[in-house]
Amino acid sequence: MTRTHRLGIDRIACDGRGLCAELLPELIALDEWGYPILHDTAVSEALLTHARRAVAACPVLALRLERATRD
Amino acid sequence: MNERPDAVLTEQAQDGRSGPHGTRLLHGWYSTGGRADLAEHLGRYGPPPLPPGRRPAIGLVQAVEEAGLTGRGGAAFPTGRKLRSVAARRGPAVVVANGMESEPASRKDEVLLDLAPHLVLDGAALAASAVGAAAVHLCLPRTRADQVHRLAAAVEERSRAGLDRVPVLVHALPHHYVSSEETSLVHWLNGGEARPTATPPRPFEKGVDGRPTLVDNVETLAHLALIARYGPQWFRGAGRPDAPGTTLVTLSGAVRAPGVYEIALGTQLGSALDTAGGAAEPLQAILVGGFFGSWLPAAGAAAVPFTRPDLAAAGAGPGAGVLVALAQDACGLAETARVLDYLAGQSARQCGPCTFGLPAVAEDFVQLAWGRADAALIERLHRRTGQLPGRGACRHPDGAARLAATALHAFAEDVHRHLAGGPCAAAGRPAVLPVPDTRSPESEGWR
Ligand SMILES: Cc1cc2nc3c(=O)[nH]c(=O)nc-3n(C[C@H](O)[C@H](O)[C@H](O)COP(=O)(O)O)c2cc1C
Ligand code: SF4
Repeated sequence: MTRTHRLGIDRIACDGRGLCAELLPELIALDEWGYPILHDTAVSEALLTHARRAVAACPVLALRLERATRD
Repeated sequence: MNERPDAVLTEQAQDGRSGPHGTRLLHGWYSTGGRADLAEHLGRYGPPPLPPGRRPAIGLVQAVEEAGLTGRGGAAFPTGRKLRSVAARRGPAVVVANGMESEPASRKDEVLLDLAPHLVLDGAALAASAVGAAAVHLCLPRTRADQVHRLAAAVEERSRAGLDRVPVLVHALPHHYVSSEETSLVHWLNGGEARPTATPPRPFEKGVDGRPTLVDNVETLAHLALIARYGPQWFRGAGRPDAPGTTLVTLSGAVRAPGVYEIALGTQLGSALDTAGGAAEPLQAILVGGFFGSWLPAAGAAAVPFTRPDLAAAGAGPGAGVLVALAQDACGLAETARVLDYLAGQSARQCGPCTFGLPAVAEDFVQLAWGRADAALIERLHRRTGQLPGRGACRHPDGAARLAATALHAFAEDVHRHLAGGPCAAAGRPAVLPVPDTRSPESEGWR
């Protein structure tokens, strides 16, 4: 069993500022209207710091990082 | 509807618990041809076998698990598992019976509530026992005012007869497409607008009044009422081991006798249409599930069994039990364009991908059906429909994207023809799918 982290987006709160895609391009792209597309919700150890920074940078607090347990 | 092929129903009327053609929920209707009032209902079924006590009735949860009942509101999620997760939470729970039926091509919940209201109300009361709920809320669309009055009277009559242990409240909600999604119901019951809310928390964690809340479709509850009486083995006597029971379907389009029917799960789509008298004309496609469903080419679809796994393998899902037969000479692209335009208009406009993506897809479909389209449009449609799923607070964008994507596939030849030569002659024909002529949810309000 390993602890992993998972990214989630509150789609109602998100208003497409796009900071997350700048700070975490490995996992997040933007669609043509500027709203995030998640390539993968699982966050690897290597990307954790970047992911935390992206979460903290979201001005509307729409991005969240959850701990998840995986077998 | 006298001659119906019913070889698919493994169980016949002999046990007195099923009606003609193996019907269960529609048993009363087939026996009397009328609405079952409380006296008739009690005569046929007796009072609901409510387990004693206020604590969750785990025996009933177990029976539903063993029966293998799945939700009839769209997602076909195992009902027993849902009961168990609500029952496991602390404190009194709440049951919400979803009778909203926002799907325009579906009539089955309306018909069930009309013909067998007490089966639904029994189911709600029994589900309340199963999860340890202190209240039941029955949500109905405001547009069906007669039904709201009849159900309120039925609840009143039951309370005079001392049938229910917990209060049952009947509510009339705005009738927009996404107002019947479960978080919309919870939000409205809590005094807010009937629009979806962000999850988590999901209703089973924190729903009405902050309590763990079970939201179930009214048909699901009616099946539960029969499982509580006759047991899981009886329930499994129809359908298939991996898809037990019967289900209500609304059959329409190019069939001889459109209407609401009850079929065994596992019935092939072609035989399902035969219950409605069969195809009235040669068919080109079947819409499966509803407006948030899938188009399947008729030739391949006829042999697909109506179960979640079989439909999934064919690129569809049971949805709200809707089957619309599309005749050879109709224009599937025009049909789809009209529905997409409606679905885009029904967005709650809370999430970016839904607010911008749905109108963009609908607009391209309108161009494809009636205007001028080029290859860039098709490429754009594929990209946009591919990006929509999973990117809303609710699954509204997923449904619209699925309809669009399956239309491009099922009507691939028409797509080529429209690209090469513009709209076909059929594009101008009257609509087959019943797209409501409603004003925008904004102008009618969400409260
Ligand atoms: C846009 C949208 C509309 C929905 N409309 C209905 C509806 O009209 N009736 C219904 O029972 N479920 C509807 N659902 C599904 C509900 O959210 C919920 O899953 C269901 O009521 C659960 O009941 P069940 O497990 O018995 O199927 C809808 C879901 C979505 C995403
Ligand atoms: S996905 Fe669309 S309909 Fe669903 S909550 Fe978001 S904006 Fe509303």
